[in-house]
Amino acid sequence: MVTDKKRVKGETLLDIRGLKIDGYSDDVWNPIVKGIDLTLKRGEVLGLIGESGAGKSTLGLAAMGFARPGCRISAGTIVFDGMDLIAASEEQRRALWGSRIAYVAQSAAASFNPAHHIIDQTVETAVAHNIMTREKAEADARDLYKRLQLPKPDTIGDRFPHQVSGGQLQRAMTAMAMSCRPDLIIFDEPTTALDVTTQVEVLAAMRDIVEQFDTAAIYITHDLAVVAQMAHRIMVLRYGNLVEEATTRAMLKAPTQEYTRSLWAVRKLQKPEAISDDIALRIHNVDASYSGSLKVLDNVTVQVPRGRTVAVVGESGSGKSTLARAITGLLPPSRGEIYFNGKPLPRSLHERDKDTLRRIQMIYQSADTALNPRQKVRDIIGRPLEFYLGLKGADRDRRVVELLESIELNESYIDRLPGEMSGGQKQRISIARALAAEPEIIICDEVTSALDQIVQEEILSLLMRLQKQTNVSYLFITHDIATVRAISDEIVVMHQGKVVQQGPKSKVLSPPFPAYTELLLSSVPEMDPDWLTGLLAKRSKKVKAATA
Amino acid sequence: MHPVLRTVLQRLGLGIVTLLAVSVIIFSSLEMLPGGYAENILGQSATPETVAAFKRELGLDRPATVRYFEWIGKAVQGDFGSSYSGLSGSMKRDVSATIAPRLYNTFFLAAMAAIIAVPLSLVLGAMAALYRNSWFDRIVNSVTLTTIAMPEFFIAYILVYVLAVKLKLFYPNSTVSIGTPFLEHVYRAALPAITMTLVIIAHMMRMTRAAIINLLASPYIEMAQLKGVSKSDVVRRHALPNAWAPIATVIAFNLAYLVVGVVVVEVVFVYPGIGQLMVDAVSSRDMPVVQACALIFAATYILLNLLADIVSIVTNPRLLHPK
Amino acid sequence: MNTATTPARVIKARRSVMENIRRNLKTAPLTAWFGMIVILFYAICAIFAPLLAPYGESEIVGKAYQLSSPENWLGTDQIGRDTLSRLIFGARNTIGIALITTLISFIVGGSLGVLAALQRGVLDQGISRVVDAFLAIPVLIFALMMLAVVGKSLINLIIILALLDSTRVFRLSRAVALNSVVMDYVESARLRGEGMRWIVFREIVPNILPPLITEFGLRFCFVFLTISALSFLGVGIQPPTADWGSMVAESKSLISFGRAAPLYPAAAIALLTVAVNFVVDWFLHKTSGLRDGH
Repeated sequence: MVTDKKRVKGETLLDIRGLKIDGYSDDVWNPIVKGIDLTLKRGEVLGLIGESGAGKSTLGLAAMGFARPGCRISAGTIVFDGMDLIAASEEQRRALWGSRIAYVAQSAAASFNPAHHIIDQTVETAVAHNIMTREKAEADARDLYKRLQLPKPDTIGDRFPHQVSGGQLQRAMTAMAMSCRPDLIIFDEPTTALDVTTQVEVLAAMRDIVEQFDTAAIYITHDLAVVAQMAHRIMVLRYGNLVEEATTRAMLKAPTQEYTRSLWAVRKLQKPEAISDDIALRIHNVDASYSGSLKVLDNVTVQVPRGRTVAVVGESGSGKSTLARAITGLLPPSRGEIYFNGKPLPRSLHERDKDTLRRIQMIYQSADTALNPRQKVRDIIGRPLEFYLGLKGADRDRRVVELLESIELNESYIDRLPGEMSGGQKQRISIARALAAEPEIIICDEVTSALDQIVQEEILSLLMRLQKQTNVSYLFITHDIATVRAISDEIVVMHQGKVVQQGPKSKVLSPPFPAYTELLLSSVPEMDPDWLTGLLAKRSKKVKAATA
Repeated sequence: MHPVLRTVLQRLGLGIVTLLAVSVIIFSSLEMLPGGYAENILGQSATPETVAAFKRELGLDRPATVRYFEWIGKAVQGDFGSSYSGLSGSMKRDVSATIAPRLYNTFFLAAMAAIIAVPLSLVLGAMAALYRNSWFDRIVNSVTLTTIAMPEFFIAYILVYVLAVKLKLFYPNSTVSIGTPFLEHVYRAALPAITMTLVIIAHMMRMTRAAIINLLASPYIEMAQLKGVSKSDVVRRHALPNAWAPIATVIAFNLAYLVVGVVVVEVVFVYPGIGQLMVDAVSSRDMPVVQACALIFAATYILLNLLADIVSIVTNPRLLHPK
Repeated sequence: MNTATTPARVIKARRSVMENIRRNLKTAPLTAWFGMIVILFYAICAIFAPLLAPYGESEIVGKAYQLSSPENWLGTDQIGRDTLSRLIFGARNTIGIALITTLISFIVGGSLGVLAALQRGVLDQGISRVVDAFLAIPVLIFALMMLAVVGKSLINLIIILALLDSTRVFRLSRAVALNSVVMDYVESARLRGEGMRWIVFREIVPNILPPLITEFGLRFCFVFLTISALSFLGVGIQPPTADWGSMVAESKSLISFGRAAPLYPAAAIALLTVAVNFVVDWFLHKTSGLRDGH
């Protein structure tokens, strides 16, 4: 049995040399991983970090000797505990999978088979590979559920995947990976899809169980603060190449590469808070609901001063995006009033005149869906100029070029389609389109959350510069506390449709906190390897104090 | 009420509503003609008196709503009234009596084709999906793409030319009657059945292949592979329990297609089924027969889709095991 | 939120339309090439039929049921007309009628589909329910029934098939338009205060055109096959118009005598639909961007 084998710390478990992986797209093979060396010792946790397109997930799967359909391993060796995984037969690899190398995927909801009970899926490998009898495996699974702090560990396995929450399912998947006590677990962005307060619990449970069984792990993520809590050592990847490799503490203290530093670029942005009493937009006691039933906004009052940034922060389901829909008139409020420059704003979009519409603009989370893929930049930015300001022909084009320059793109972009630009460039075009209308308020709905850190930092800096130049107000909707710290003057914290707290940034971000703000703020991982340990200690102390 | 039962009942209700709507459409098709059916048949030279007499004879002089409820009420009991042909004669032809033996023949033919086509195309389609991009898959893809595009009568006449005329294995015409013994019936219906099989097998294989490839692309299938589950267990334990709904849809779609395909094939082989009956009735504009045939075809079509949807509902774990 | 798993966006170099077409043709598979050449051949036959055909459309050139000879390459039909000439004229008639029918079907079904997707609410519900009922009746059966009611004529045939087929077009165009309507760029245009015309023709239509063009190929095949089937059954295109479906029906008795006469027009139908299907299949492959196993 695998678990009987003596695990010697310091002995090499996984050794990858000169690995190259290609992916097939547009009828050609493009390199995804371009020659990576990686070694992992028994019991060690290695973090793989990088932004989109870094090849980290592909590399993580390759550590199991697996390549997704449409990918191929073109060069290099992968040796797991003395066994060459590339040379090995499929049967040999399959014998390792699940029992000695396990995988935890990003989306637990999609990775559990909807047709079987959770516990049946948890014990499947152990039973199929004859590692344990079914009874023993099920007892062990219940023990693992308990160790992972799942509620009702004795019965939760008898449920179906769609019957438990995302955070619980993610822990159940960790139990599934643990069931054969593997030597190595690959965690592939396991908390990316979770809300920040849920993420803490899952992280704690995963780290704890890996430590208990002294399992080696590869932890893949794009969030350096998360990986800092989990990994002993970190490799930074970019475009399939290794940028930097160091122990976690060394890397956080003194990264040698500029790129590594850029991974926490947003955290370094600072904006001095400025307060103003000149209110441009006032949302007063607003209720709103979809199809009349459940209130999505419950008595919400928010003020947006002129030339300032108000950040609305909350988790999914907090009603923050609905607030944007209520302001724009897409979802007329069922109660309350919205005042714009002191005058009540017509509730519905159709009742508003052109000039009112011009003054309130919106920027969306995903420029991919916000920009029409069949329109050129000239028309995307030019349309509001023509529609609101009556600019035509050469005048219009001249103004488009000016706007392009203000968002730091040159005039060569004027004939591009959205598909011909990068994510950051597309988001800049969205900003230019909003600016073209010369608005007083721009609602920014999660405008940076689909972007890589360094691009986020650039976009946020651009927005701040534009605010200085045009004195526009931003209502900035986000779930990311680092962004809130970076750009806001005032903060509104929302939870389940209600405003929990609001005020100037300095006030909201310093104690004393209302309970929810405290939970939210304390759940955001920090660039400190001891943060999670400290937080858990603090929380358990509090619980003890409360029960005493 | 259990969600499964509730959803099934909802779907059944929807099926009945659809069937009623379709019966209204079929019935009212006769009313849509500008100037009226009787005037159209008799031509412009007919006097108002002859038109009125003709209408009375057909029963068209009463209000449409009354006639609809009478028609549908009797149709539910299997009575489709009298045929227009031979009206003025002493013998009124009963539509239901005309249809019944032919309906049996048609279902006989469709069943023969389905018994060969369904298992064969499911197996071949699943194999093409499991071994996708292999030479087998490529050949299957090109061949099926070619055959789905061909009209039924082209395939039919090629088969007649080769199997009946040149090789003399079958009769070119599939004449059967009520007294034909079962095995003789099977033999005589073989050629039309083979034609229909060839027509739907291509469709069905392509749809099965697409459905299974779609299923195999689910993240939980990749997860099962990465758990070291054997290839056969991935298919048996992880793919199959989730495959019933798409497979039922594929089968229902193709059986419905089969029901329509019989019309042309029956005419080619002069097989005395309901399709041929309908074509003859269309030529003689014998509306009670046409409407009865149309209603039977539409009802079969609706019923098949209803069955597929119910299979999807009762195999959906999210409905079977609510939160 | 899953930024990390999406592959790197490769910024495409700028390319002109002509270059795009040339590049796509270069990578076209053999089947697509075959399909395009066949379609071109049919188009030439249809357009230049009077120039290409050795005899007139309904010109009687000899005795009935002649075997092939140097004068009549494919022999003559039941009243002594040249089969080859009728085949060539048939291209013009059969394809032309199917094209007109499909065009009407797309204009009606497409515009209603987009309108329903945009308006939602009562209008969408109303049209969708009616269309659902029509979808429950197979096209061939419904067409047969309607032809019995209104009588056989070319105009009736075109109108009936176009309207029936438009219910299928409605469903697809509504679905693709709905995908586009829920996009942020449409919401953004609404927030800007744009009118209906702009939203439909500038925001939605350019995005739903590629799938609709592909569907046009498939619908054309379906309409073409249905018309041929109806003609074969004797209720479609009526004599003396040369039409492939009717030609199969007229010569079907010859097959018992070992003559392949009905196979020529039937093969003419089959070859065209196969060709269109090959081209559409390649289009689907290109535009979906999805490959097997993804």
